[in-house]
Amino acid sequence: MFYRENGQFKSTYASDQQMLPILQDRAFMLGLLVLAIGAAPFVVSDYVFLSLLIPFLILALAAIGLNLLVGYCGQISIGHAAFMAVGAYAAYNLALRIPQLNFLVVLVLSGLIAAAVGILFGVPSLRIKGLYLAVATLAAQFFMDWLFARVKWFTNYSSSGSVSTAPIEMFGWTVDTPAEKYLFLLGVLIVLTLVAKNLVRSHIGREWMAMRDMDVAAEVIGIRPVYAKLTAFAVSAFYCGIAGALWGFVHLGAWEPLAFNLTVSLNLLFMIIIGGMGSLLGSFFGAAFIVALPIILDQVPLWLGVPISTAMASHLASMIFGALIVFFLVVEPHGLARLWAIGKEKLRLWPFPH
Amino acid sequence: MKKHLPVLTLGAVLLIGLALPLATGASPAGFYVEVLLGGLMAGVLYSLVALGFALIFKASGVFNFAQGAMVLFAALSVARLAEQMPLWVAILAGTVIMVVLAWLIERLVLRPLVNQEGVALLMATLGVTYFLDGFGQTVWGSDIYKIDLGIAKEPVMILDKIFQGGILVNKEDFVAALVAAALVAGLVLFFQKTATGRALRAVADDHQAAQSIGIPLNRIWVIVWSVAGFVALVAGVIWGSQLGVQFSLSQVALKALPVVILGGFTSIAGAIVGGLVIGVGEKMAEVFLGPILVKAFDLAGGGIENWFAYVLALLFLLVRPEGLFGEKNIDRV
Repeated sequence: MFYRENGQFKSTYASDQQMLPILQDRAFMLGLLVLAIGAAPFVVSDYVFLSLLIPFLILALAAIGLNLLVGYCGQISIGHAAFMAVGAYAAYNLALRIPQLNFLVVLVLSGLIAAAVGILFGVPSLRIKGLYLAVATLAAQFFMDWLFARVKWFTNYSSSGSVSTAPIEMFGWTVDTPAEKYLFLLGVLIVLTLVAKNLVRSHIGREWMAMRDMDVAAEVIGIRPVYAKLTAFAVSAFYCGIAGALWGFVHLGAWEPLAFNLTVSLNLLFMIIIGGMGSLLGSFFGAAFIVALPIILDQVPLWLGVPISTAMASHLASMIFGALIVFFLVVEPHGLARLWAIGKEKLRLWPFPH
Repeated sequence: MKKHLPVLTLGAVLLIGLALPLATGASPAGFYVEVLLGGLMAGVLYSLVALGFALIFKASGVFNFAQGAMVLFAALSVARLAEQMPLWVAILAGTVIMVVLAWLIERLVLRPLVNQEGVALLMATLGVTYFLDGFGQTVWGSDIYKIDLGIAKEPVMILDKIFQGGILVNKEDFVAALVAAALVAGLVLFFQKTATGRALRAVADDHQAAQSIGIPLNRIWVIVWSVAGFVALVAGVIWGSQLGVQFSLSQVALKALPVVILGGFTSIAGAIVGGLVIGVGEKMAEVFLGPILVKAFDLAGGGIENWFAYVLALLFLLVRPEGLFGEKNIDRV
């Protein structure tokens, strides 16, 4: 009753092509943005920024990147943290060796370097597909882990192999308080989400989806698999590279080798599966879920007042995490984004039965 | 002949690479054979884990990421039970536990997810991995435990007549290789000769056709997962007796992944050959190629065995996309 499109006619091509065709959606998105930009920096505590919102924004970006590849182009990757690592180390070295570069330029360049590496590791996808490709992407993961841990140049010959970053400065603005970091990340995320949204509804996104739905048929109707698959790898790695640079510079500040290991890759995959494959909105849901879940699980023993050792708590958390993932897959294999769509459909009719 | 040219070229290149340290005199012959044997032994153990993968993929089309967690869980169960009872009873009890586990996985995970895409099933087994890792360590504890197979651990010197300095081998390694060979032989017999084995092969061929002639799919899956659980148990006990039973055991499975893609997902022979190729390649690369790389690029230590297996598997995939023994897919629109 409240959420319905009755009476909203599209009379121009522009209105036919807008991203949020329904008035209520536009109002909701506007409200959300006002809340996120205007209100959140003043009311949210530093703890929530640092442990919840900042990781959420960065991982949402990485999840979008992975979703473009897995959800839209159908190429499974279990090694995407490798591209985050490439982005992070590229940004570190760029900022270190060319200090006069603006951080935004560093960010874009590290994304481009990650994209180049992504194309390189995307080449096997031309020959192999499905689960074989999934295992092949693990090669990227382990090779990059090894490269950044062993080749001393990347870590500027630091003895422990860990690196630390300078504070972020651009246009005379030093991004150091949690609220400032949050706003900066939000800005990056909004821009890149808009780009992603428009990519997937343009010809290139349609090529990816055709590739995903049936690659042989797509080839027959004239889509070049080399082009479609490698652009998907490049764009996806670009997003993950930027997310990795942000993760290193904004969230961690200093990180050790293996900060971008297989666990991170698997978490990214969980995000897009739980959130919903082939849905940008789902990437946000999934990232929120994966960021919030461990924090909530840590708190549960405290709420219950049961004292258990930290080792036991982490084992229990791992158990519950695993069980929840299976549970979600069984209950809604299409992810939280589908639940959201079902909810909207219900709202459209409510309170009437039809 | 022309069709096989890329494979043959790759094989030749690898063989030359394999022979290079010996031919250039970079290593004494005795040491070379020792490394080779070490690689073969590691390969046998990779094969055991890969076997579990291949069995499950063949019969249910599930890419079971949880195989490593199953290895760890089985080894933990046996190690802790063996503290209370004789080893063989503990192994029996461990087998029962793995069968129960297989049944639970079929009931709670596979059956509700029938007809889902491969990636959803892969994710589900990742969930199972997290669950089993946590569960095993909650129930059995998270220290390092020992499994004592009652075989002397001292290395034995053999062939010291032929090679200068002789070759050091571990008796336990030989037993492990024998057990692995026996297990594989048993599995082959089981698959080829028994009625259940025939049913398993039928299911692997075509789920629907198998079901339509009255093969109970659910029961077959329980059996396959039980067999995979048992293979995991054997792998876990052998690895565990050598490295100690600890969390890192579940990482061994990550080494088995390149083995299965090299050999082909569905092939038992592939798992074995792949395991040996990866085992030998990895050890050779670590011992002979590693120091060269470290010197050339001024690295902070070698450790190339972490990715070498994957690169090797990728090379094979580029010349044979379906793995060495995998079934060739023909795509149709």
